[in-house]
Amino acid sequence: MTTTDASQPDAHYKAPNVAGYADVPLEEKERLFGQVKGDARFSDYLYGCYECGICVAACPSARFYDFSPRRIAQAAAREDVELIYQQMQEDIWECSQCFSCLRCPRGNNPGGIITIMREVAVSNGLASAKEALVGYSRIIYKIMSTGTQVSPDMLQQDAFPDWGPETADVSANLDLWRRALPPETLHTTTTGWAVSEKTLIELYLIWLHTGSLDMIAEVDASLHAILQEVMEERLEDEGIEL
Amino acid sequence: MTIPIEALKRKKEHFERGEDRRALEDPRAELLALEERGELVVQKIDHDAVAVPTKYGREKRIQKAHLWHHKSCGQCGHIPGYSTSIFWVMRKLGYDYHDPRDQTSCTAWNYYASATSNMAAQAAVAVRNFAAANETGYFPLIHCGTSYGHYKEVREELIRHPELRAEVRGIMAKLGKQLVLPEEIVHYSEWFYALRHEIAAKQVRDVSQVKVTVHPACHYYKLVEGDAIYDPDVYGGQRTAVVTGLAQALGADVRTYSTWFDCCGFGFRHILVQRDFTRSFATLRKIEVMKEEADPDVVLTHDTGCVTTLDKSQFAAKAHDRNVGVGVMSEAQFAALAMGAHPYKVCQLHWHSADYRPVLEKMGIDWQQAWAEFQADVKRLENGEKRFLDWDDVDG
Repeated sequence: MTTTDASQPDAHYKAPNVAGYADVPLEEKERLFGQVKGDARFSDYLYGCYECGICVAACPSARFYDFSPRRIAQAAAREDVELIYQQMQEDIWECSQCFSCLRCPRGNNPGGIITIMREVAVSNGLASAKEALVGYSRIIYKIMSTGTQVSPDMLQQDAFPDWGPETADVSANLDLWRRALPPETLHTTTTGWAVSEKTLIELYLIWLHTGSLDMIAEVDASLHAILQEVMEERLEDEGIEL
Repeated sequence: MTIPIEALKRKKEHFERGEDRRALEDPRAELLALEERGELVVQKIDHDAVAVPTKYGREKRIQKAHLWHHKSCGQCGHIPGYSTSIFWVMRKLGYDYHDPRDQTSCTAWNYYASATSNMAAQAAVAVRNFAAANETGYFPLIHCGTSYGHYKEVREELIRHPELRAEVRGIMAKLGKQLVLPEEIVHYSEWFYALRHEIAAKQVRDVSQVKVTVHPACHYYKLVEGDAIYDPDVYGGQRTAVVTGLAQALGADVRTYSTWFDCCGFGFRHILVQRDFTRSFATLRKIEVMKEEADPDVVLTHDTGCVTTLDKSQFAAKAHDRNVGVGVMSEAQFAALAMGAHPYKVCQLHWHSADYRPVLEKMGIDWQQAWAEFQADVKRLENGEKRFLDWDDVDG
C-alpha cells in the first residue's frame, strides 16, 4: 500500500525552480522577452522555422550539451516566454557563437538570437549570467581597461595546465621572448600590443556613453567598482569630468 | 482545396518579416549612397588593388599596399609569430604598411563570450578603429577572423538601422571623429589569397611533400557570407578559397576531410573557462578526423581562435592516447616559411604546443640549428647588448 507524503510536492505540479534557479512570475518572463524582441536586430535574425534541423546538425554545442539552436528559433517564433526564460537561465551559455547555424535555409540566425538573449540576461543580472561568467572577470577587466583581450602574461601554467609544458616555457621567458619580437608594438607583456593613451581614453568614453560599463554592475558589482575607478581616474587626469 | 493563405497570414501576424540578411548584395553601393546623404564617410581604396570573386559573385577589391594593420588580441598575445609572419611577408613583397598604437581590439571575443556589451558599443568600437585608420590614410587590413566577421555584421547593422547610425555618430562626435567605414572590409587571408602568385614567386623552400589540411574559420565565411572569397577553381567554388588557394599556389599536398564545415570548438567563453568542451570538440571532430582521413603533416587555418584551439587542445588528448599529434599554424606562417622565414625569429613557433618539428624537417629546415640561432639572439638581449630585436636581426 502506498501512502502520500503531504510534505512532498506532487509530481504533476510545476517544479518550483527553472534550471536550478528560483522561478519568477509570468509577467517578469514577458518583460524579459519584450527586451529581447525589442532589440533592433531581432527581426533581422528570425523569419520562421522549417523544422529541418540543419542548424542542429551544424551545431558544435548540440553534440556535447542538451542544446538545440532549433529550439531557440522555435521558442522565439512562438513567443513561448516560459521556454525562453528557461533557455535564458541555461541553454544560451552553451552556445559556441560560431554561427554555423547561419546555414539555416530560412535565413534565421539562432546564434544571433542567443547573443541578444545573453545581453538581456546580463543587463538584468540573471543568475545564469553570473554563474556562466564566474572565473571570467579578469578577461572583462582586461578588455575593458586595456583595449586588448588576452595578454602574454595570462599564459600561466596554473591557468592553462592542459595546454602543455610550452605554456610554462613562455611564462618563464616572457620578458625576453617579447623583446625578441621584431614589431615594435609587440614588446608588451600586460597587453597584446602597445595601445596609446589617447586611444584608451576614447575607448573608456565609448563604454561610458553606451551603458556598457553599467551592464557589468548587474553581474559583478565589485568588478564594476574597480573598472569605474580605473576609468574615472584616467579620464580625470585628462580633464574629462563625468 | 486551395491553400488558405489569408488565414495563414493571420496566424503569423505577430511575425514582422524583414528583408533577408542575404538580400544585401553590394554593401559598397549602400555605403556610397549613405555617404552622399552625409550620413557617414567611406574610406576608399586608393592604391593598386587585386579583384577577387566572392560567394555570390560580387567582385571584391583587395588593396595591395599602404595598409593599416588591425591586429588581433589572441595573435599578438599568445601566438605572436602569426602577426609577425603577416608583417614579414608584406615586407618581403615590398608593400608598405602602418602598425598602429591607435588601435583597440574589436572586443568581439569578449562580446561573443560574455555579452557584457551592446550593439551601440560594439559599433562604436569598430567605427573608432576605422576612423583612426582613415586619419592615417592607410587602408585597414583585419588580422583576426572574428574581428573581420564582427565588423561585417556591424557594417550591416549600420546600413540597416538609421537610429544606430545616429547614436554612433553622436558618440564619435564626442571623440572628435566621424562615422567612417571602409569601402571593403578585408581579412589578411584575403590579401594572402590575392597575392598568392607573388608569394609563390618568392618561394625558396619546397613544400610539395607537405600534407596539408585546412580548417576554414567560421567567422570568416559564415558571418555575412557574401563577402567571403569563393573561387570556382578551388573546391569547385563550394568552399571558401582562402588558405587552400594559397597552399595550392605554394605546391603543398592539400588534402580534404569530412568535417571541414565544423567549427574548431573555440566557443569564445569555453576556451577560457569551460575547456572540457573545447578540447573534446577540437580533438574528436577535427584533429582525429583529419588524422584518420587525410593524415596531414600540418593543419593550416586563418584565425586566432582556430590556431589556438586546434594547437593547444592536443596535449591533454595525447595523455589519453587519442589519435592526435599534428602541427598547427596559420597559412601566413606557412607562407613565410616557404619564403625562407626563420621558424623562431619570424614564425615564433616556440609559442606553439603541438609538435611542428616534423613539418619543418619536411621543408628541409634544420630546426635544432634554427633554435640555437634564436637562443644566441636571446642571449644578446639577456646580456644587454641589445634591448630589442628588430627586422634587421631576423633577416640577418
